[in-house]
Amino acid sequence: MIWLRHNILSPLASVDTLTLWLLRGAAGAAMGVVMLILLFLAMESWPALRHISIERFLTDPSWNPGENLYNLAPMLSGTLYAAAGALLLATPLGIASALFIAYYASPHAASTYRHLVELLAGIPSVVYGFWGLTTLVPLINQLHPPGASLLAGILVLTLMILPTVALTAYAALLAVPDEYMIGAAALGLSRWGMIRGVALPAAKTGIAAGVILAAGRAIGETMALLMVTGNVVQNPSSLFEPIRTLAANIALEMPYAMDDHRAALFVSGLTLMVLVMSLWSVAARLARNGDG
Amino acid sequence: MRIFSIKKYARYAIFIVASLLGYGWAQPGNAAAEKLVLTGASTIAPLAAEIARRFELQHPGMRIDVQTGGSSRGINDTRNGTAGIGMVSRALKPAERDLQAHTIALDGVGLILHASNRVSGLSRQQVIDIYTGKIVNWKTLGGRDAPITAINKAEGRSTLELFLGYLKLKNSDIKPHVIIGDNAQGIKTVAGNPNAIGYVSIGAAEYEARHGTPIKLLPLDGIAATVANVRNGTFPLSRPLNLVTRTEPEGLARDFIAFARSEQVHDLVEAQYFVPIGFR
Repeated sequence: MIWLRHNILSPLASVDTLTLWLLRGAAGAAMGVVMLILLFLAMESWPALRHISIERFLTDPSWNPGENLYNLAPMLSGTLYAAAGALLLATPLGIASALFIAYYASPHAASTYRHLVELLAGIPSVVYGFWGLTTLVPLINQLHPPGASLLAGILVLTLMILPTVALTAYAALLAVPDEYMIGAAALGLSRWGMIRGVALPAAKTGIAAGVILAAGRAIGETMALLMVTGNVVQNPSSLFEPIRTLAANIALEMPYAMDDHRAALFVSGLTLMVLVMSLWSVAARLARNGDG
Repeated sequence: MRIFSIKKYARYAIFIVASLLGYGWAQPGNAAAEKLVLTGASTIAPLAAEIARRFELQHPGMRIDVQTGGSSRGINDTRNGTAGIGMVSRALKPAERDLQAHTIALDGVGLILHASNRVSGLSRQQVIDIYTGKIVNWKTLGGRDAPITAINKAEGRSTLELFLGYLKLKNSDIKPHVIIGDNAQGIKTVAGNPNAIGYVSIGAAEYEARHGTPIKLLPLDGIAATVANVRNGTFPLSRPLNLVTRTEPEGLARDFIAFARSEQVHDLVEAQYFVPIGFR
């Protein structure tokens, strides 16, 4: 008995303490990295922020760093339009895919379909971009020139974030306790009634987390959008007009940027970072309210 | 251990002596750490880095350090001696005649259309009208009845500067429908849109057209956009890529410039879609 207590209690307690501190350390390191990224962005942006006022980044007539004009606002809205459009399409499609895999498909079809979605998640973004550039853009061009447009960006992004939404929603549905479903079945609910009344409400938080994860990816996605959106800096007046996102702006101009132009691109990165962080904080608040 | 440290000191001594003597101490094959610094144009830097790598392989113990920062940095650093050689992706201006330019390659920019486009040539004024939005349909130029998609380069690219310089326009005058990054993206965009017009490096476009991509290079002011016309200097949209020095180059700098201008690096020049300077 004594050796048992000795073996189980004291070593485990010390392992617990160790794990606790290891995890604290890891979390601290992750936070430190984020802080360092912010600090780095701020430092690299400083040469521009020092003699270009913040409001000029929103009110200059255009984005022409060569002529000392630095309006970021159209790119900010372009990023938001593309991400919002993609989320609007990918969320219902992704949740429907997850419901299909979890409750409707035969086991064989479910596993095939799930593997397909997983494959979709593994394809590198340049491949989506290349497909968009050589297939999707010419198609849209036949509908309404120039083809490279907000619409092309939304469609490519939808494909890219669909697996994220579908797989996290599926995992959330899988985590709904069996007792809930058995209880619902015992009440005589139809399959759709069980899904709507029990499964979806129980998996709500998990699904929302997946959508937020997808939103993060949509906002930060660079290469695919760079290839299909046309990259003209403007506020689009229709789905068929080209846009430029903040991330694409950096990828497009960084290799040849110097001095103020270079620093202005870091301002563009800083804006992107702040945008993602504010979205996360909004999402976190929503989740907290949803729970309470 | 002792032998090892003596060797190390010997190496330090050689390094210090070499540094004191400067560039005059060039002896290919000697293990002394000699260093040559190149700064300047980002257009030339990737090519210069490739040439430097090959040069170092042939001359063990030599270090060539390539840094970018733009043509004007290349000029400044060469003038004040920070860099042994400056990289300048244009002809020297009259105010820069105190420096010596050594052309290592030429860069030409040509307008490309989809191969199915009936328009077979454009004047400078027509190009200006297309890019400023005055001409918006191919019908005006004798082509099919379809809206023109004008493709422009991203801000800061030297191709854009060359193009704007030729048209005598500011970038904010241009009303593009698509903005691209590198040559490959421009070629893919034109290949996928029968009504697009863009401009890319002539070498890259010739290569793609020869390999079946449906694009064609457009003559400009009646002069065919070919690597040959860039090489003989008749094509209007071209420029020299220069290495510049403050004085007549000697030692390591002389060897490196001679190497960069020699046939031994023509494959590297062509791999970057630049035009090697002609044989003599």
